[in-house]
Amino acid sequence: MSRGLDVRANERHFVELKDYIESIRDSQGLLMQTLHKAQEIFGYLPIEVQKFISSELDISLAEVYGVTTFYTQFNIEPKGKHKIGVCLGTACYVKGARSILDQLAKELDIEVGQTTADNLFTLEATRCLGCCGLAPVIMIDQDVYGKLEANNIPEILAKYRD
Amino acid sequence: MNIYRSHVLVCGGTGCSSSKSAEIMEKFQEKIEEVKLDKEVQVLATGCFGLCEEGPVVIIYPEGSFYARMTVDRVDEIVEEHLLKGRVVRKYLYRESAKEEKLKALNEVDFYKKQERVALRNCGLINPEDINEYIARDGYFALGKVLTEMTPEEVINLIKDSGLKGRGGAGFSTGMKWSFAAASKSDQKYIICNADEGDPGAFMDRSVLEGDPHSVLEAMAIAGYAVGASKGFVYVRAEYPIAVHRLEIAIKQAKELGLIGNNLFNRAFDFDIEIRLGAGAFVCGEETALMQSIEGKRGMSRNKPPFPANKGLWGKPTIINNVETLANIPQIILNGPEWFKSFGTEKSPGTKVFALGGKINNTGLVEVPMGITLREVIYDIGGGCPNGKEFKAVQTGGPSGGCLTNLHLDTPIDYENLTAVGSMMGSGGMIVMDEDNCMVDIARFFLDFTVDESCGKCTPCREGTKRMLEILDRITEGKGTIEDLDRLERLALNIKETSLCGLGQTAPNPVLSTIRYFRDEYEAHVNEKRCPSGVCQSLLKYIITMDCKGCTKCARICPTGAIEGKVREIHIIDQEKCIKCGACVETCTFHAIIKK
Ligand code: FES
Repeated sequence: MSRGLDVRANERHFVELKDYIESIRDSQGLLMQTLHKAQEIFGYLPIEVQKFISSELDISLAEVYGVTTFYTQFNIEPKGKHKIGVCLGTACYVKGARSILDQLAKELDIEVGQTTADNLFTLEATRCLGCCGLAPVIMIDQDVYGKLEANNIPEILAKYRD
Repeated sequence: MNIYRSHVLVCGGTGCSSSKSAEIMEKFQEKIEEVKLDKEVQVLATGCFGLCEEGPVVIIYPEGSFYARMTVDRVDEIVEEHLLKGRVVRKYLYRESAKEEKLKALNEVDFYKKQERVALRNCGLINPEDINEYIARDGYFALGKVLTEMTPEEVINLIKDSGLKGRGGAGFSTGMKWSFAAASKSDQKYIICNADEGDPGAFMDRSVLEGDPHSVLEAMAIAGYAVGASKGFVYVRAEYPIAVHRLEIAIKQAKELGLIGNNLFNRAFDFDIEIRLGAGAFVCGEETALMQSIEGKRGMSRNKPPFPANKGLWGKPTIINNVETLANIPQIILNGPEWFKSFGTEKSPGTKVFALGGKINNTGLVEVPMGITLREVIYDIGGGCPNGKEFKAVQTGGPSGGCLTNLHLDTPIDYENLTAVGSMMGSGGMIVMDEDNCMVDIARFFLDFTVDESCGKCTPCREGTKRMLEILDRITEGKGTIEDLDRLERLALNIKETSLCGLGQTAPNPVLSTIRYFRDEYEAHVNEKRCPSGVCQSLLKYIITMDCKGCTKCARICPTGAIEGKVREIHIIDQEKCIKCGACVETCTFHAIIKK
């Protein structure tokens, strides 16, 4: 489980979220949008934030939790400093994305969906990143690396290590 | 307004942006200012040109020179030679356009020759962040025409006449859909643009939204007028930041010019559009699940009927059209149904956009008339498989589709034909595979995806696909039996028959079609415990070749002591003991250990 969010220290963020909710109150179907915004503000959606949203929108916590965990993009655990997304879209897969993913997992000593012990990297699998011409592709934060081979991996990771 | 003598178009689509096209654009701007051409030459970012393989792509007009694989350091030379002195820099041009003495125009190179651009007509040509450029290409004229000259019934009949079918996959008549919603009585109706591109290996919708967002907005307003809706939603994947950004700009600009909002074209017609973000759930491409998601709930599908056209979003009549379908509409209104029917086949008129990828030379986005053959797309446009490898299969329709083989290369592509041979049109992913791809592994790949994405509501899909995946796992691990194949087929047919929504009903297709056309590969896996393409890890054997110098390094590192041999003699791996960890391969300095 996550360590729990320090609500006091994050007060500013809760105010920001509340302001956002007020600004969209008039439209319908607010939950998804609110969750997106909350994740943008907090980086993830710990239970404290879900509780806050539940009481603000007057939706049961069970429902909020249900929606949060249904969609893969919403995270209830904090992420590492750098997010590595390995494209497992079809075009990348047929060009050997699997071995890139395996190499990364080995190099970082974690499995897909996990974060390294030093909180530096989170490894994830994604769908088509829209640059199939560069397959196989990975994305680290906002940078895209294409036409990869498994042995390029150590060099790329080194850039983010210091 | 400034009139420019030359325009430098830099692709700002996702593919080219990933290879730093923004930096190239900046450099152009800088250099052009430096040589004081900034009053004569304009630099623009556009949407995708389609030929992503050759990116980043830059086109300079009026010559139409196609510079491929651009880099920042080539900019200086191009500005000085081409823009300043008027000499095209041949060595940096796309190889084919410069092959012959006379430079080939863009639409004459093989990649574009057989294409017909309707939905993509503005992609790569206009600046998507400037509504004036869209208007200059007849943008919003169609909306003006329907509002001032046509009744809603006339609009619906025109779309019906054109024979346009939904480009999202199933191929239902768009005009019919509209007429159902128009017939339902309600104080409020909705139009939804489905931009939750589901296929994990394709990017058609994204390119349209990035390159020509207004065409989609205009079409939504037209649909709104036709069925009597005043509110639209674009449901787009949150993973498409560039597309979302351009949509936001487009909506803002259209509102400023009064092309979205109240009393459009001074008629009593209001139409407003909002963006809603998805959050990574494949099932949300399915209509009923998508509406749940917009309502802020878990995206789970429900039984149809009632169809969305009668009872949709918040229980109101709703039309859901996909991006490509909508992008066709303004053109159909302006040019008429006969024009549209001049492309394609009788049953499937018009064009289709495909995202061509995988083992193919020209990866990219293509728009072709329906009825073209797979051979033309894969060889004439796509340039065949790279490195002289042999073509094995092409997968269409993503996780809902199937694999086609050599046998089907001359089948004309349309909805009916693809379904008849066990695949489907789908949204337009087209992935080519060569001899190195294992078809059992590919089937496993798609099933793994659907198991992950099943919403869990109905049992056949939730449990059935899991069991299928277990069987496939067994087969790829060398533990399968020949009975497993029958079991797979039986399960697959059951799931198709009994699942609640399109996701489950089509999930078994990749497995069924690979069993149908590549049974021999499945049989090799279960009978001989062999993967003919050398992909399935557990079926591979490590073998020491004649290159072994007998240094004993591998024998020492092997964790299970599976390698034997004397110093300076060729070593041997005991297959019984080998756990296929690969440690020996890495230590061998002579590359004498191979996987087979
Ligand atoms: S499949 Fe990986 S970028 Fe498209």
